[in-house]
Amino acid sequence: MSFSPRMADVRFGCGLSPSIAPPETLRDVIARLEGPDKSAMAHPVEDWTTFSKRIADYRSVRRSDGSDKAKARDLRTIRKDTRRDDLRWMGQTLLRRVTTNDGMRERLTAFWADHFTAMGRGAIQQFGAAPYVEEAIRPHLTGPFAKMLRAVATAPVMLRYLDQATSMGPTSDTGRKRGRGANENLAREMLELHTLGVGAGYNQADVTELAHLLTGLAITQEGGFIYRADRAEPGAETVLGVSYGSDGPGRLEDIYAALDDLAAHPETGMHLARKLAVHFVSDDPDPALIAAMAAAYRDSGGRLLTVYEAMLDHPAAWTGPGSVKTPVDFVGSSLRALNVNRLPVRQSSKMTLLLRNPMELMGQPWFRPEGPDGWPEEDADWITPQRLAGRLQWALNVPGVLVERLPDPREFVDAVLSGPVPETLRFAARAAETREEGIALILSSPAFQRM
Amino acid sequence: MSLSRRAFLSQTLAAGCSLAASPLLTPVAIASAPWENRLVVVILRGGMDGLGVVQPWGDPDFASLRAGGGRRSAGPLDLTDFYALHPALAPLLPLWQAGELGFVNAVSTPYRNKRSHFDGQDLLEAGVAAGGAIRDGWLNRMLQAVPGVEAETAYTIGTSGMLLTKGAAEVAEWSPQAVLAMSPQAQRLMEHVMHDDPLFRDVLSEALTLSASGDAAEMMQAGGMDGSADEMLSGMAAVRQGAQVAKDNAGADHVARFAADRLRGDARIAAFSINGWDTHARQDRALKRPLGQLARMILTLKEGLGPVWAKTGVIAMTEFGRTARLNGTEGTDHGTGGMMVYAGGALRGGQVLGDWPGLSEAALFDRRDLMPTSDVRAQAAAVMQGLFGLPRDVLEDTVFPGLDMGGAARLVL
Repeated sequence: MSFSPRMADVRFGCGLSPSIAPPETLRDVIARLEGPDKSAMAHPVEDWTTFSKRIADYRSVRRSDGSDKAKARDLRTIRKDTRRDDLRWMGQTLLRRVTTNDGMRERLTAFWADHFTAMGRGAIQQFGAAPYVEEAIRPHLTGPFAKMLRAVATAPVMLRYLDQATSMGPTSDTGRKRGRGANENLAREMLELHTLGVGAGYNQADVTELAHLLTGLAITQEGGFIYRADRAEPGAETVLGVSYGSDGPGRLEDIYAALDDLAAHPETGMHLARKLAVHFVSDDPDPALIAAMAAAYRDSGGRLLTVYEAMLDHPAAWTGPGSVKTPVDFVGSSLRALNVNRLPVRQSSKMTLLLRNPMELMGQPWFRPEGPDGWPEEDADWITPQRLAGRLQWALNVPGVLVERLPDPREFVDAVLSGPVPETLRFAARAAETREEGIALILSSPAFQRM
Repeated sequence: MSLSRRAFLSQTLAAGCSLAASPLLTPVAIASAPWENRLVVVILRGGMDGLGVVQPWGDPDFASLRAGGGRRSAGPLDLTDFYALHPALAPLLPLWQAGELGFVNAVSTPYRNKRSHFDGQDLLEAGVAAGGAIRDGWLNRMLQAVPGVEAETAYTIGTSGMLLTKGAAEVAEWSPQAVLAMSPQAQRLMEHVMHDDPLFRDVLSEALTLSASGDAAEMMQAGGMDGSADEMLSGMAAVRQGAQVAKDNAGADHVARFAADRLRGDARIAAFSINGWDTHARQDRALKRPLGQLARMILTLKEGLGPVWAKTGVIAMTEFGRTARLNGTEGTDHGTGGMMVYAGGALRGGQVLGDWPGLSEAALFDRRDLMPTSDVRAQAAAVMQGLFGLPRDVLEDTVFPGLDMGGAARLVL
């Protein structure tokens, strides 16, 4: 098997659309990824720098002199607006999937947002996940992995989520003054999840040394990034046999040097290649596919676009029944198939009823995975009784609300699948009692739910 | 309980083998072979105010700390000459009198000083001493330590996943909020469409069974729709109605009824959450709703379990207690020492356990919170030891790494 336009849109993009042609060649996919980010312009999501002003506002209201009642009202307003905007950004993210001709960019954004899972906590920060992804992940999808790693390692949401923001070198000025030490959370996840991967050749001493090296990465009270040398453990640290820094005070450059080396490590290339192949192709991908991607990673110095190209160019990427879509992929590709290019993004209650709550029932509450290891990849994790019921319920009830007149199921079934239409499904599309049920049967079918 | 881990494992394995050889038992029964007893774990999210739930009026400092937060309760709610029950739990008094309801005071996880809900709940559910790389929950690790456990043995109930049950052991999950309301024709076609994909086919059949066991689908189909004509036309009315049914089904009594149905069958363990304990203001009122849910949950379980109630232990735990003193808005803020509620025919109720640390300012943790006098994990471990015969070393090394179970109350009859 090799590149096919329709399969490219389903397996590596956001699904088939009745109004947007799929990419004709592999070159098309790559060229669109290299080109300008048109979807981000058409459906904007706030970036972190803008979002952090909300945190500063909230803080200044809380510390202001006004009456308790007035303050409580102002704080509530900021919280309410931010909650509404969070739902709006969810809508924008889904609309990007509906209207794009560069679907792989949306899929890659979701993939890397999950690889670098981080969630905000606190009244305002809890809504900061989409802005974090917009600023730290999305601009770095195609470049060297090291650049994304640097952006994430200095992203305030990540620093807070994995406790780096309160980590201090035990013999640093501030650490000594406050009697505080280093927190290993970010260092451990960086090795285990973000770069080398669990079981790779590192040990506890590497974690501890990296944790000491990372001290100094901190956040300001306004929610921005700051490097604080007063918290950085003085002296050199040795990670995976390489010494970083000198006898003097800590420096951000030393941290960057270590991140670059972690990114360049062959185990990192293998880990990322395998994870991409599992995500896009199959729970159990062909080892030759992984090897080709890891080689592309190594030979290009970790340039991600080259890795994607190696994946798309490999015959094994185009075989098999395909993985089950995650709920976001399922909802996104359903909206795209139905050509829903408008959503009630400013009406919080509708967004909640039609999209947010259903995705939670499907097992994927918006930007709220259970831990730093992100969403599961295995089909069986997504297709459980409750989660499948959530998909079916959504497919039965929601399309009719979002689409003025649903398409004829007999035509829809040919338009939305990349492979041959199973006879059972063609029969069901014809035999359904109503349009609603016909459309629901098609969206619920394994042929649509797999990529 | 002095069984060693090795002896325990070989005994249960032997039991599994001999059961498997018996032609009278279905394979499903083997899944439940290790135990007959049932455990229900409820996570009370938000930080339950133990001092407001079981009020220590016998402590000389209590009245001044809680002035304005309600008066001394009426006589019938006195549990002992020291403690009185919050009126919202009055429906549970018969259980207390029957020795099927009790409390453990001044418990906590090892979590100290930060007082964040998220971190506190993560630690409570992970069952470890300190945060960091938390990947699985203690209930799941317990299941991993026991041979013969299958998917139907343990159920997580509710829409959001629980760290408590996350991990390598298979745990079934279901939310009564998942409603499968389809016409018979649509259901037949759905089964037809799924038929050739084993994963989808098998899971659909389970989902249909689970959904039919509740009354939700019928409610959806029978209930008349309301809403504006515009909404009716757009289908929005149906979505709203579905959401209302889902919301009703998220209530504690629905969840408990579902749990009881499963526990009467092959399931041995069920876990779910009750939210709404974060009572920062007007807490005499704010506590009523979650306490009402807790009472209904326990009563519904008892009713639904019937004779199985006698073999059941329910433990309800929270991430931390709240400040001893009322704040300026007659509520309480995040604290440290809290309370575990327990119930069930298999447990020794009718008592308030736990060393009482006192409420004088010097006795408080940080001069603000109830001082914890035991580890809530040790209490949970002791219940599992008693109900399932799990050896102490498995509990102290695997389920709750580094735990010392010494000092835990003996709750199991």
